[in-house]
Amino acid sequence: MADLTSDFLGIKSPNPFWLASAPPTDKEYNVRRAFEAGWGGVVWKTLGEEGPPVVNVNGPRYGAIWGADRRLLGLNNIELITDRDLHRNLEEIRRVKADYPDRAIIVSIMVPCEEESWKAILPLVEETGADGIELNFGCPHGMSERGMGSAVGQVPEYIQMVTEWCKKYYSKPVIVKLTPNITDIRKPAAAAKAGGADAVSLINTINSITHVDLDLMAPEPTIDGKGSHGGYCGPAVKPIALSMVSEIARSPETRGMPISGIGGVTTWRDAAEFMVLGAGNVQVCTAAMTYGFKVVQEMISGLSQWMDEKGYASTSDFVGKAVPNVTDWQYLNLNYVTKARIDQDACIKCGRCYAACEDTSHQAIAMNPGRVFEVIDEECVACNLCVNVCPVEDCITMVELDKGETDPRTGREVGDYANWTTHPNNPASRTAAE
Amino acid sequence: MTNASTTPGIAPGRLPAHEIAGNFGDLHPPLDTHEALVAADRCYFCFDAPCMEACPTEIDIPLFIRQISTGTPEAAARTIFEQNILGGMCARVCPTETLCEEACVRMEAEGKPVEIGLLQRHATDTLMARNEHPFERAAPTGKRIAVVGAGPAGLSCAHRLAMKGHDVVIYDARPKPGGLNEYGIAAYKSTADFAQKEVDWLLRIGGITVETGRALGAGLDLAALQDDFDAVFLGIGLAGVNALRAEGSERAGVEDAVDFISALRQAADMGTLPVGRNVVVIGGGMTAVDAAVQSKLLGAENVTIAYRRAADRMGASQFERDLATSKGVRILTGVMPVAVHGNGAATEIELEYTVETDGRLAGTGESFRIPADQVFRAIGQTLHGAPEGLELDGGKIRVDTAGRTSVAGVWAGGDCASGGEDLTVTAVAEGRDAAEDIHATLMAR
Repeated sequence: MADLTSDFLGIKSPNPFWLASAPPTDKEYNVRRAFEAGWGGVVWKTLGEEGPPVVNVNGPRYGAIWGADRRLLGLNNIELITDRDLHRNLEEIRRVKADYPDRAIIVSIMVPCEEESWKAILPLVEETGADGIELNFGCPHGMSERGMGSAVGQVPEYIQMVTEWCKKYYSKPVIVKLTPNITDIRKPAAAAKAGGADAVSLINTINSITHVDLDLMAPEPTIDGKGSHGGYCGPAVKPIALSMVSEIARSPETRGMPISGIGGVTTWRDAAEFMVLGAGNVQVCTAAMTYGFKVVQEMISGLSQWMDEKGYASTSDFVGKAVPNVTDWQYLNLNYVTKARIDQDACIKCGRCYAACEDTSHQAIAMNPGRVFEVIDEECVACNLCVNVCPVEDCITMVELDKGETDPRTGREVGDYANWTTHPNNPASRTAAE
Repeated sequence: MTNASTTPGIAPGRLPAHEIAGNFGDLHPPLDTHEALVAADRCYFCFDAPCMEACPTEIDIPLFIRQISTGTPEAAARTIFEQNILGGMCARVCPTETLCEEACVRMEAEGKPVEIGLLQRHATDTLMARNEHPFERAAPTGKRIAVVGAGPAGLSCAHRLAMKGHDVVIYDARPKPGGLNEYGIAAYKSTADFAQKEVDWLLRIGGITVETGRALGAGLDLAALQDDFDAVFLGIGLAGVNALRAEGSERAGVEDAVDFISALRQAADMGTLPVGRNVVVIGGGMTAVDAAVQSKLLGAENVTIAYRRAADRMGASQFERDLATSKGVRILTGVMPVAVHGNGAATEIELEYTVETDGRLAGTGESFRIPADQVFRAIGQTLHGAPEGLELDGGKIRVDTAGRTSVAGVWAGGDCASGGEDLTVTAVAEGRDAAEDIHATLMAR
């Protein structure tokens, strides 16, 4: 069986599956249950500064969207940072870490953007024996209105400044958690690096309204007739998170910076996808909140089986392995020509490919007598929509034309690799040619 | 309870009352809202969906299922009722396994169709429970149409005509409207007096008068109706029953399956219905299965269906056959009755093996006897009491695709008319389409 042991910033954990800073990691009881279930580490739910803790709403905190059979696809959260006393949290962290020395415990922190606040809390956190800290610059709701959370994460200069304070007053690894509620994720990542951060973690949740109650005319979750945007997470946000992780992994400014991947990780496969795009480990929340801590067992067995099948001895063997294949559109091979092929034996004759292509695409599928659907190569641009809407896996596939074959649509032979940068229709390319 | 399954002869109350009541509950319990959402989610919303084409009333099935999945079962019901005003009953009695669900692409994909029938019931039940009628009548046309027969064809025709603004009088020979929906369907398919509730709901469109106890040839005649009305629609069904050509078929205990089924539907207390200890049903269609299964549910000890050809030739679908065997009915195929034996009343039936050569069936000469104190004939119904002067086709009133008979001004549909299968849903389609043609004809005058 593959070795799932993870070494992230020198922090060892028996597997790369950590619980993200969130409701599941708010207190000792939950964290102990998580470790008993097999989680490799936890990021303790965000601590605030000393004094009366924050308060939460006393109405619903979560909203959701669902797929078939009420499968939870996306969750939205307006819960704030921990609403428990700072010292109680610190004492619990100390106890749990002492009892589970092999597991990673990271402490998430969010205090006002003043050096004194950070200077005050960091030694207290250091004393717990926790393995590192994560700076919560991400939460988009509530705390951001008070100048914390994503309000900091949206200003790269603040990120750098606070990170520098943390490196000054704390000896162990500092992870900066990034908000996706920003135009270019590379900027805050670069700021974290400039501030001396050991790693970034992303994504935090996305500003969202999951539903509107059409009777109350109010967003959900609704608190006494009003609603506020929450932070969106769960399987629905994974594609956004993957893209942001890959951008940081391949950007010249941040390349090589350790990343803890977060955003909709639900299965071993999701975790593997984050990791091959450059994440050294992953953090999970919604999957645990949906199914309980036991889900980690599938993640462990699945990742292990896949690693064995692929011959990866340790997680470091595949971390970042897909990063070189993430590129800009302009470098994509315009001479890679494929055509949709429909496996008539697998086809169940639902006609969804036909409706999609005929109504919304290129009229490249013929509906023949007996509900036989066939691709018209002269029209097929290989958009892949038929593949995406077909309910039968592998019934429709994209088949590559060999070099030298003629594309019936364009009448041109398939040639060697060529991209937009040298294409005759590209004004920049023409100028260069002249 | 004074009797048991083993009580000799024909006797009522073979099972405790609560057991009989349980036996005659809904064959397919309705889906609750969550179950309906899960079932609806399996629909692929096919292009030009095969299920729609397989439905004789051409209900837009993908659309109504999508309407269920978006939390608007009432809109779904309207989609159904626009095509099939008896969509509630059809959801219960349609042999979906040979119609929409057989055509469902999920059959090809995984052998498990979308549960279209149950979803249709969910939608129609939801709307009907709101005690609203979804349609309004058009402005009155002043035209009057006579509909003979208050079965599915007649009701469907009358409703569509009333919607168009015509006034309709429905005549029916029986004491209650509904036709086979009321008298001819197994009790476990239409529970809680659904057939009458559906008729009442349908009639809320207005403009329809129902006169029961009125039959052609018994106070009604076609010529008089043609004089009194602008058009006539005949939906008189098949009132005759084929005779059993076997020695001793006059013995007590030899009965028509349709009478037994009707009696079951009309019984206030199933426990009072007599049923044989050993029941043999002759035939292979839905009526045979309905009679056999219900005999078993009433507590008959042994129930046998005897069909003269091979199983794949039976009119009853595989689902119906499986239902029968699951209830403990034995199905014998390739046997035909040659004699009913007994000393007065029937006690045994003699069956002869058959062989089929080039489609012709003949006895092999080898026969055997099984106990039979009740024998049900379920070997088909025939047109009975059709007015003189109408051309027939294969023993039914000849109609064209619009339902026109050979006599101008007279339309027909349902089981009595040529073309189509003898199904409730087919009758509804034919009644509806005839109404459209009557409307077009009358308004063009």
